[in-house]
Amino acid sequence: MLEAVTQGFLYPNEVEVLWSLLIVLYPYITGLVAGAFIVSSLYHVFGREELKPVARFALVAAFSFLLFACTPLLFHLGHPERAFNIMFTPKFTSAMSGFGYIYTFYLIIVALEIWFVFRPDMVRLAQESTGLKKLFYSLLSLGVFDVSEKALHLDHKITTFLAAIGIPSACVLHGYVGFLFGSLKSNPWWSTPLMPVVFLMSAIVSGIAVLIVSYAIIMKLKGKTVDSGCMQSLCGYLWGFFIVDVTLELLELISMGYEGEESWAAISQLIGGRLQFSYVVLQFIVCSTIPMVMLGIVSLWKLKESTRNMLGIISSVLLLIQVLAMRWNVVIGGQLFSKSLRGFTSYMPQFFGREGLLVALILFAMPFVTMYIINRILPYWEKE
Amino acid sequence: MCLCKRRGSMYGLIRTRVFTRDNDMNADRRKFIKQTGWTLLGSGILVSVSSFFPAAGRAMQKGSAHELYGFIVNTKRCIGCGKCVEACKTENHVPEEFFRTWVERYIITADDTVYVDSPHGAVHGFKDTDVKGNIEKSFFVPKLCNHCTEANCVQVCPVGATYTTQEGVVLVDEKHCVGCGYCVQACPYGARYIHPERRTADKCTWCYHRVKKGLMPACVVVCPVEARLFGNLKDPESRVARILREERIGVLKPETGNSPKTFYVGLDKEVR
Repeated sequence: MLEAVTQGFLYPNEVEVLWSLLIVLYPYITGLVAGAFIVSSLYHVFGREELKPVARFALVAAFSFLLFACTPLLFHLGHPERAFNIMFTPKFTSAMSGFGYIYTFYLIIVALEIWFVFRPDMVRLAQESTGLKKLFYSLLSLGVFDVSEKALHLDHKITTFLAAIGIPSACVLHGYVGFLFGSLKSNPWWSTPLMPVVFLMSAIVSGIAVLIVSYAIIMKLKGKTVDSGCMQSLCGYLWGFFIVDVTLELLELISMGYEGEESWAAISQLIGGRLQFSYVVLQFIVCSTIPMVMLGIVSLWKLKESTRNMLGIISSVLLLIQVLAMRWNVVIGGQLFSKSLRGFTSYMPQFFGREGLLVALILFAMPFVTMYIINRILPYWEKE
Repeated sequence: MCLCKRRGSMYGLIRTRVFTRDNDMNADRRKFIKQTGWTLLGSGILVSVSSFFPAAGRAMQKGSAHELYGFIVNTKRCIGCGKCVEACKTENHVPEEFFRTWVERYIITADDTVYVDSPHGAVHGFKDTDVKGNIEKSFFVPKLCNHCTEANCVQVCPVGATYTTQEGVVLVDEKHCVGCGYCVQACPYGARYIHPERRTADKCTWCYHRVKKGLMPACVVVCPVEARLFGNLKDPESRVARILREERIGVLKPETGNSPKTFYVGLDKEVR
């Protein structure tokens, strides 16, 4: 790690930032899960037909992100081989002890939902193929080949049910991540009951944004056009959730400043100093104002399709950066000032190493690789 | 049932009544079992939910029948020599860049500016200050784990590796700790760190290994001015108990509700 640049007085054990870039990545990936799942559920539970083109993709994306949501934590833990202690010897006074259970429960829900949604495809592929491939798809379908209307109707009912439990689970999973930080009274930058809600809203924002960007890129690669109604709807939801998200983020800051507790002196210095670029410039000025205006235009005015798509994609990219910046500002920002409120340290991630930038990039790329592999096995784009 | 059979038809009326009573009893029993079940479930949930919340503000934990350890730091006595930090490092093999205990120096000038420093935890003491201006007061404050009664670190450890002993000492089971660092973040005093070699949480144990043999913590033994005292709070004759009774005592960050068992004599408002 690069030598920390300190200023003022820190308790001597605080010089080194303990929760690194990977702990920024963990809530970021978890957030993408929640957002993607909400989009898939808008179609499956709430019958938003216009989202049908991305509904299956959203579900697979949620599953792929979820598979890798824990990996940054495992790389960070001092003893990853003891990771299962959290499930075998949980201590329920700790908010963190619920993680294993919440995560596993949610993973099962999403995996089951994927199985039910893709069952007809598995059966079709099993019937169309031969040899090992046939065996593979037969195993995947667990030997259930009934695709009668009655069976599919039942599948649909189960999918709706799973998606319906999935929504509160997604909210719990992400609200919980926010609670991990929000419940620590030792840190005034983290300790706010708004934290779980802020995390949840920004999670949904990032999830919708990643779907918009991926959808646009994949359609471009396939030489197809994006579905107009779907894009319009996604942009509308993105705008709506982002309004709530950014309002809460600002509310949190304003309350902190207005209450002006003892810690405010340190926090205001932090915002004006070490977090100035990532918080003030990136999170608010650039990546909040611009998408807010752009998405407002997209949602309220009738634009040319290509212009609308372009604005939607730019906004989504900016919002993906906004949410990443928010995670950084919370996780890293909260460790840059001393709990003595008298000094600051610094953090710059290394490139190589267990918790470096390279590992973070690889871990972040893995869900996309998974999506590609799943698409090879079970093509999730609807045939036109 | 047996009763009914024995009485037979002769006591038809009674039989009916007995049957009815039997049915009632069955119904009552079912109701009872049901109610007990719900009550048990309810109280189970209540107990687990309530155990999630700390009993902040409780004055003192019970501890074992005869022993509850406490630590007193007399800031009026400390001369900032740093011998305690050095002794702690030697006794507990504390890694060079981390500290189980350290000493802070406070310098307050006439214009109310507060200067705080602790060069390398004050393991080598302090050099003369380069603070300019009219110094109004200055003092040293030794810091260490507060072994809180309602310890944040114990509350947040997801695997129960951080725990409180019968005598009120907060310890870490290094064979069970996963090294997540949540306790380090939760400690408002900066008393914890992740041990760079063991990769588990580490902190002051009040030299538990010595204390259990009837010895004093290393820092207490080497302090030349008795700025650090350790003892049994339950023994009214112990020095710590007496000082707690007789002196005006402060604790660090009382607003956190952690109820520390490291007490300070002569604590200044600037000390956090």
